[in-house]
Amino acid sequence: MLSFIAKRLMSGVLLLVVVTSGTFFLAHAAVGDPTPGLLGNSATPAQQAALRARIGYDQPLLVQFWNWFSHAVTGDFGTSWRNFQPVNDQMALRVPVTLSVVVVATVLAAVVGVAVGIVCGLRPGGLLDRGLKLASVVLFALPGFWVSLVLVTWFAIELKWFPAIGYVSPDQSMTGWLRSITLPAVSLALGAIVMVAEQLRNGFLQVAGQDFVRTLRARGLSDRRVTAHVLRNASPAALTVLALLFVGLLGGAIVVEIVFNLPGIGSLTQSASQIGDIPVLLGLTAVTVVFVVIVNFLLDLVLGWVNPKVRDR
Amino acid sequence: MTAVPTPLAPLAAVKRISLWRRYLRRPLGVVALAVFAFVVAVAVLAPWLAPFDPNLVDFRITRAAPGGEHLLGGDSAGRDVLSRLLHGARTTLYGAVITCAAGVLLGVPAGVAAGYFGGVTDRVCSWISDALQSVPGMIVLLVVAAGTGQDFTVLMVALGVFLAPGYYRITRARALAVRREPYIDAARVAGVTNPRILRTHMLRAVYAPIVVQTALTAGIAVGMQAGLQFLGIGSASTPSWGQMMNDGFQTMLTQPLILLWPSIALGVTIAALAFIGSTLADLISVRADQPSRRSRGAVRRELSTSSQVPSGVHVHEVCALRVENLRVGYATESGVKEVVRGVSLDAAPGEVLGIVGESGSGKTQTIFAVLDLLPAGGTAVADDIRVAGQAVDKRALGRSIGYVPQEPMSNLDPCYTIEHHLVEPLRHVHGLSKADARARAREVLVRVGITDPDRVLRSYPHQISGGMAQRVLIAGAVAGRPALLVADEPTTALDVTVQAEVLELLRELQQEYGMALVIVTHNFGVVADICDRVVVMKDGRIVETGAVEQIFRQPADLYTAELISASLDDTEGRHELDELARVGGEDETR
Repeated sequence: MLSFIAKRLMSGVLLLVVVTSGTFFLAHAAVGDPTPGLLGNSATPAQQAALRARIGYDQPLLVQFWNWFSHAVTGDFGTSWRNFQPVNDQMALRVPVTLSVVVVATVLAAVVGVAVGIVCGLRPGGLLDRGLKLASVVLFALPGFWVSLVLVTWFAIELKWFPAIGYVSPDQSMTGWLRSITLPAVSLALGAIVMVAEQLRNGFLQVAGQDFVRTLRARGLSDRRVTAHVLRNASPAALTVLALLFVGLLGGAIVVEIVFNLPGIGSLTQSASQIGDIPVLLGLTAVTVVFVVIVNFLLDLVLGWVNPKVRDR
Repeated sequence: MTAVPTPLAPLAAVKRISLWRRYLRRPLGVVALAVFAFVVAVAVLAPWLAPFDPNLVDFRITRAAPGGEHLLGGDSAGRDVLSRLLHGARTTLYGAVITCAAGVLLGVPAGVAAGYFGGVTDRVCSWISDALQSVPGMIVLLVVAAGTGQDFTVLMVALGVFLAPGYYRITRARALAVRREPYIDAARVAGVTNPRILRTHMLRAVYAPIVVQTALTAGIAVGMQAGLQFLGIGSASTPSWGQMMNDGFQTMLTQPLILLWPSIALGVTIAALAFIGSTLADLISVRADQPSRRSRGAVRRELSTSSQVPSGVHVHEVCALRVENLRVGYATESGVKEVVRGVSLDAAPGEVLGIVGESGSGKTQTIFAVLDLLPAGGTAVADDIRVAGQAVDKRALGRSIGYVPQEPMSNLDPCYTIEHHLVEPLRHVHGLSKADARARAREVLVRVGITDPDRVLRSYPHQISGGMAQRVLIAGAVAGRPALLVADEPTTALDVTVQAEVLELLRELQQEYGMALVIVTHNFGVVADICDRVVVMKDGRIVETGAVEQIFRQPADLYTAELISASLDDTEGRHELDELARVGGEDETR
């Protein structure tokens, strides 16, 4: 079990290093000289040169990489090229907002998705099952921001149940916070719910047809106990989808935040992308990948606990 | 062993045509396809259909209401909404094509190579694929857009890279499956080169799943593309739906219609692609639909009115098992298929009854019907089924009936320890305390011949051997001291050396506990080894019943004689058979 944990951790760290390094070079290749973007077209060559020196862009690329990387491993992502504020400070304000939306959406997807999946697995061909099939087809592909625009129009503008835009910090008001993130989280979660439910339902039916389930019944176990066995065997696929969805939701949150005007990483990423503020983009990439690695690691632990075969590999 | 590939070609062509025909029978799929074809037509004909230049600014129509020559009004910059909508379809489809092409070109060859060659290729490709799936694509796309924001094509290629793992996974899985097919080995032995095998066999095998995946990927690509444009990525002079939605979003409260048109266009296009994909997926891998309750009732009625007379006889007054006129049927498209057609049999306490027959003779269906464990879709009707004098109900299972399955490894739940397998029924079915259940589990394991019960109790199913797993299953079956033990081909999946031991064990337990043992087998060697009496089945009916010696010496039915002579070719049990034939009427004393 210890070597299993160590292996998964190593793999996560490797992923983090590869992705952030890759993004570093990708960003530099894509942006090229950032100074026209940062200063605007009216800047003189002398002003541009001064900015290049200040942000270290006049040094060789590998030196720049080392400067960035050696600080990044200590958790310091440098300063923004636009306003010279530390990237960490900006992220500290915004990451919690995005994360709260994504975590609430993931929890919604897990709880509702599992419940719907079980009901559909127990009654395949039933009303809910047919509804799920239809919903999963459409919601799987519809982007979160599209759904969020629909939800805003109905629930915020027509019915006025929720605020259309804006964010309330949980320090100020817990209910205000919940109200402000309900619609964004639901718009993100809808697609995720049907995917988790569909996965669990299919896994459930597949396991239910296996030999050992018949043998468990032959031992006289009650339906409830047999269902518990089936569920445990069917859960890995649904859990894996949930972890993949977390990654997708992080990306989807960026656009949904713009719709709801939430002060998360969405608008920061958007503006950094438009002017070529590479340190901010790299910091955001690193932080999101860290969260993905953590989620994947937790998933591996849960999978190992659910299915002992995984541990022995 | 010559050119294997040739006979496959016409087959595949036939399959493709019928897939297309079957698709056209799905109303939802046809509607989706029609909608998508309409979008494609609009995109292609946009320059001729659009009444105005999509970028022509006319301040008089700024946020104008629909009507007049501007059918859908004007946007917040004074451009004709309809013209932009039509040209937006062009942008959308162009982006989707680029994205899917990039995804296919990267994912499919990598997937085929990984699945076919395995080893390092597989590990490297799979790691990259997993890594790509762990990266929040939206952020990296924004990084790419940071410098190349105006170049839409590059961005769509980058999006394709992030969607390539979908293609990779599905292709790899198919290629792995095909790689294990015997005809691929045959082709290799015949000297067909790797590139040629890949071209002829692999690409054909992955063709259908890739089409499905492309419909789904295109839907996702259209959505993500619109999301990027909504964020303001992409050239301002190229009209796009995402951009129009952003424009409409700014004036959502005052002019909701500007937001409505592109949203409808986007939603409808994505839904069409999704339904095309799901219809195709349905046709390729048919989701087995459960028979409805009504058809189950119909099967029951049909079985009840079946004109078959019962086959088989009753020989005992006091029975551990008594089955009277059992019929089992499955609902199929062409009506009810009867697999057991009127079977009557019985077994006395302490008797070993063999049910023999070839595959499809209905022998396993018979005992599953007794156990009330028929697979989904199966329905059983009988005049009477009694175990130990009681009519069989849910409570009989595990209490008065024990069940030993055929394949030991697949009959243990991989997620639980052996201890849990044995203790759970003892506690929750037989009502033992935790400590008593554990003690009993350990005791039964020792009884079935396991020498280190404590280690086995702690083990998971994948940590023990097949022979040991079968002993565990036998222990589980007899732990509740049933009156009847039913064993379905209990030795077929085991090594020859273990087979004899397991049969011996079953015989011992049966005598010790005074159980009736019903053993289903296709092997007369097993019958000779262990059975007192035998029932021979064919096509769902009993053709002969009798004592073992009598059946071996003088089979009344030609079919029985054939079965016996076929079994003689099997080495196991042959010795006993020969001996039986020589000793004649003498009682078997094993």
